[in-house]
Amino acid sequence: MAAISESAMTGDRVKKGGRRAVLARLMKYFLLHKCKVAAAFLLMLASNLFALIGPWLSGLAIDAIAADAVDLAAVQRYCIWMAGFYVLSSAFAYLLTVLMIRLSQSIVKSMRQDVFDKILRLPVAVTDRMQAGDLINRISYDIDTVNASLSNDILQAATSVVTVVGAFVGMAATAPVMLPVLLVTVPVAVVVTVVRSRTVRPLFRKRSAKLAELNGFSEEMLSGIKTIKAYGREAPVTQKFRARNTEAVDAYYAADYYGSLIGPAVNFVNNLGMVLISTAGAFLYLYGIVSLGNISSFLLYSRRFSGPINEYANIMGEIQSALAAAERVFRLMDAPEERADDPSARTLRAVQGAVAFEHVRFSYDGETEVIRDLSFSVSPGQTVAIVGPTGAGKTTLVNLMMRFYDPQAGEILLDGVPIGQYTRKSLRAAFTMVLQDTWLFEGTVYENIAYGKEGASYEEVMAAAKAAHVSDFVHMLPAGYDTPVTDGGVNLSKGQRQLITIARAMLSPAKMLILDEATSNVDTRTELLIRDAMAKLTQGRTSFIIAHRLTTVVGADLILVVKDGDVVERGTHAALLARGGFYKEIYSAQFE
Amino acid sequence: MKRILAYLAPYKWRMALGFLIKALGTVAELVLPLIMSYMIDDVVPTGSVLALSLWGGAMLLAAVVALVGNVKANRMASKVARDTTERIRADLFEKTLSLSARQVDEATLPSLVSRLSSDTYNVHNMIGMMQRLGVRAPILLVGGVALTFAVDAVLALVLLVSVPVLALIVVLVTRKGVGLYTRLQRAADSMVRKVRDDHTGIRVIKALSKGEYESASFAAVNARVSSAESKAGMTMGVTNPLMNAVLNLGMAAVVLVGAYRVAGGNAMPGDIIAFTSYFSIILNAVISVSRIFVVLTRGGASAKRIADILALPCDLLPVEGTEEGDAAEVIRFENVSFSYGGAPALKNVSFSLKKGQSLGIIGATGSGKSTLVALLLRFYDADAGRVLLCGKDVRAYENQAFRKKFGVVFQSDFFMAASVRENIDFERGLCEEEIERAAKYAKADDFIRAHDGYDGMLTGRGANYSGGQKQRLLIARALAGSPEILVLDDSSSALDYRTDAALRQTLLTHLKDCTVVMIAQRISSVRFADRILVLDGGRAVGFGDDAALMRTCDVYRRIYASQHGAEGGEDGCDQ
Repeated sequence: MAAISESAMTGDRVKKGGRRAVLARLMKYFLLHKCKVAAAFLLMLASNLFALIGPWLSGLAIDAIAADAVDLAAVQRYCIWMAGFYVLSSAFAYLLTVLMIRLSQSIVKSMRQDVFDKILRLPVAVTDRMQAGDLINRISYDIDTVNASLSNDILQAATSVVTVVGAFVGMAATAPVMLPVLLVTVPVAVVVTVVRSRTVRPLFRKRSAKLAELNGFSEEMLSGIKTIKAYGREAPVTQKFRARNTEAVDAYYAADYYGSLIGPAVNFVNNLGMVLISTAGAFLYLYGIVSLGNISSFLLYSRRFSGPINEYANIMGEIQSALAAAERVFRLMDAPEERADDPSARTLRAVQGAVAFEHVRFSYDGETEVIRDLSFSVSPGQTVAIVGPTGAGKTTLVNLMMRFYDPQAGEILLDGVPIGQYTRKSLRAAFTMVLQDTWLFEGTVYENIAYGKEGASYEEVMAAAKAAHVSDFVHMLPAGYDTPVTDGGVNLSKGQRQLITIARAMLSPAKMLILDEATSNVDTRTELLIRDAMAKLTQGRTSFIIAHRLTTVVGADLILVVKDGDVVERGTHAALLARGGFYKEIYSAQFE
Repeated sequence: MKRILAYLAPYKWRMALGFLIKALGTVAELVLPLIMSYMIDDVVPTGSVLALSLWGGAMLLAAVVALVGNVKANRMASKVARDTTERIRADLFEKTLSLSARQVDEATLPSLVSRLSSDTYNVHNMIGMMQRLGVRAPILLVGGVALTFAVDAVLALVLLVSVPVLALIVVLVTRKGVGLYTRLQRAADSMVRKVRDDHTGIRVIKALSKGEYESASFAAVNARVSSAESKAGMTMGVTNPLMNAVLNLGMAAVVLVGAYRVAGGNAMPGDIIAFTSYFSIILNAVISVSRIFVVLTRGGASAKRIADILALPCDLLPVEGTEEGDAAEVIRFENVSFSYGGAPALKNVSFSLKKGQSLGIIGATGSGKSTLVALLLRFYDADAGRVLLCGKDVRAYENQAFRKKFGVVFQSDFFMAASVRENIDFERGLCEEEIERAAKYAKADDFIRAHDGYDGMLTGRGANYSGGQKQRLLIARALAGSPEILVLDDSSSALDYRTDAALRQTLLTHLKDCTVVMIAQRISSVRFADRILVLDGGRAVGFGDDAALMRTCDVYRRIYASQHGAEGGEDGCDQ
């Protein structure tokens, strides 16, 4: 778990041994599509070799032209062949692109699904600590990087190898005497490549980092624009921005300073090749050692030859970051899942709703105990109100009952049996809940209510909607029950969202209820509706309510006063008031 | 665009020099194939080794001039781009901070952020690229075509035919691609939303055993992303093979047509070899030009977005010549009405507060509480009526003098990723004593010391402190500047009851001269105030102390009943 949160911070370098493991694992995905991979390889080979035949044919054609009498028939023939091979080569290249996209998409699709399913299977203890942004990064950005690499870089790398080897063979075949020219151009190309990966790439990384820092700063400051203006602090904040801005543009310039070398340098390598080939060629031609066609072919091959060498650094860099991205994805896939149910675990059926905590101890981080030696018991159908200051461990009780977390010591019993002896699925199915952050998903109002019960009928949904007063406002929505619920959208107020979650909970046949009352203020009328809906919801259910409303507290069968991880007081409202302890104190502080 | 171009004006001579150098380097490159064909067709037949060596040397010189010229010009261009962008960005940031609340509302924050980040980035790119490629590509294109015409007009025509074909391919594919990528972006957005949704709702999903359902619904989104991506990729993937095909077919055509020309005695074989070189130069230039168009379109749109902000007028400047009122009244609202553009948010609100009195404001969501504070702080100007502070119209104040009077804590207020001390100081240059005294008053000193001390860092949005602690830090920030008026917008909701009460006590004893304005949702938080303003749908429906309001204000009594429960009011729990 720690590894996961840590890994989010690590950069884009993978250690040597890890790299091989990641590669092997990626290969496994590939091997699922053996035929496509083989076809891709063949297409790549054919497309590149055909393209390499062109310069050879054009050399032959030029020789036919340069002959004492131009052999027009031969030139025609060569040109038609040339056109044919080039067209075929391009056609194959496109087919290859299509094939690679299909291949990489099917791999990426299954990777994304695997990651998503994994997220659903992770223990809540893990997902709680992972930022949504981190998960999103992996499922979109990281997998995209892997995808780009799968469909482009690998192909490019393979193409480069074929082209370099092919062009070299072509040069050697047309005019071996001119090969020494490469002794000049290749080293220059290599120097350019090295400069690029050693000097320029780190500068570009720094440039991105500085820019990200600047953007982070302006986003942060603009999010506080109201406060900055309220205190009249525009000038000093602008001063800080200026400093960061200068750093960012300087880093940009530093990268550009060396980066602007690359384009002209690559051109220079090409031009140098042309200078050497035409000068040397002219001499050799003068002495009749090479033909004009040879020079032309050699020139065309040499252009192809130096291209991939220059690309090499780029491709390697991209494959490097793709591997790092793949590793982050795999690390998430490897995170331990919720511990499997005990083999002897049984399905919880016919729930009564008697709950008992016996000397429960719990800590999230193994150091600070959030729950210290907690014991209490509740009879079926009772309503338990949990009150206390924020951060006192109220939500932890919920996490433990539903086994989102397991206690370090003690026992929680449901109907007299330790909850660890039930299957998680059946245990959770025994609860229905309404949480403070009203969770609605992208879907219609109807779908959001029906979510509460597998295969709920239309009538059932309508009944729940009516009982929870959703029917009171739904007709004011643009499409009634079919109105989509959007988070950015305007359509639902906080109170209405709450009513929908209550309707969803009502639909569930579960015998136990967990209710985290929202503190948010809603208008008086909605407040009354919510109160009424909640009262209906608690009927016939053993209810645990994290209470913020006086009415809830007063009407509860049992009030647990939680403070610093202990239940410091318990009893009914009247009894606790009479006692004059901590409950009395917070009660009067809040309601006096 | 004009506004952005104006930023380039100071560098016009530097740019002109750069253009000249660039042009020189580019022309040198164009000369290379010309020399080559001359060597093969004219020098070789003379058999002069010296002449061949000299012309070879000339080619080498041209290649070096091309390298040096291009690098030098590129670097000069980068410098111009850097200096221009630095100024544009700094001016934009300064302007953004000076916008009035209404202007910010209209532009929206995310848009302002993206103007500062991606739009300035695009403009930076555009300025650099225009200087680098903007000169080079046209010279290569025009020069290349001119030279080929000089060498052999008929062969040049073959070339000219493929240029528009190539340009067409680039334009068509790019245009189609933009639509496809927009669709892909939309699909990707809904995938991200799904992941975010499920991450927040994971407890509900698990409790309802909805894993399989969620997995299936993700699979649908996933498939949509995949198919959109495939379509976009396959469309964009056409460009390279097709361009290669055009380029190579053109080359074959040059050789073929060349053969007839040579046979007819109208051309030399060396010309054909030179042509194959010109071919790739010219076609690369076409590709560069199309790239310039992409960058120019994007950069131009960005430049416009930046210029739009820079061109906004300065709102909320001090207004002169307003009559003075009673200086003993700290705050006075006179028939104030205001709307954000739609329905009125405040309707004809009047009240006044004497020095040393405290004010509580209560009402349901949307009743106008925060709007009232926004007008008091002059984030907006009232549509009608006026707001007076210490007898002077808020519009008549000079900004800094006005802001100094206030200490403010907003709902879900802002923390910088900086130390506790810096967050309390908030760029005001306060001394250590002031900061620590404020923290003590705000009941924050103890936990600051128990945590990491005043130099301990806050993470973004203060996530490493609890809700109650964050609010106390914000209150410390508000108190640190010894304000005359302390505005607390629902600032005690995350405090536990005892801290809340203790804080109230401190305000009463240590800050007697400070006027406290407190917005709250709970009646218990405002009952202590000397005056309570009850808002309902933008109207002031009650103003007075608790006892008076309980007697006279229906809305106040209703809020009381809803928070204390019907029975709460009767069984006398408000002892």
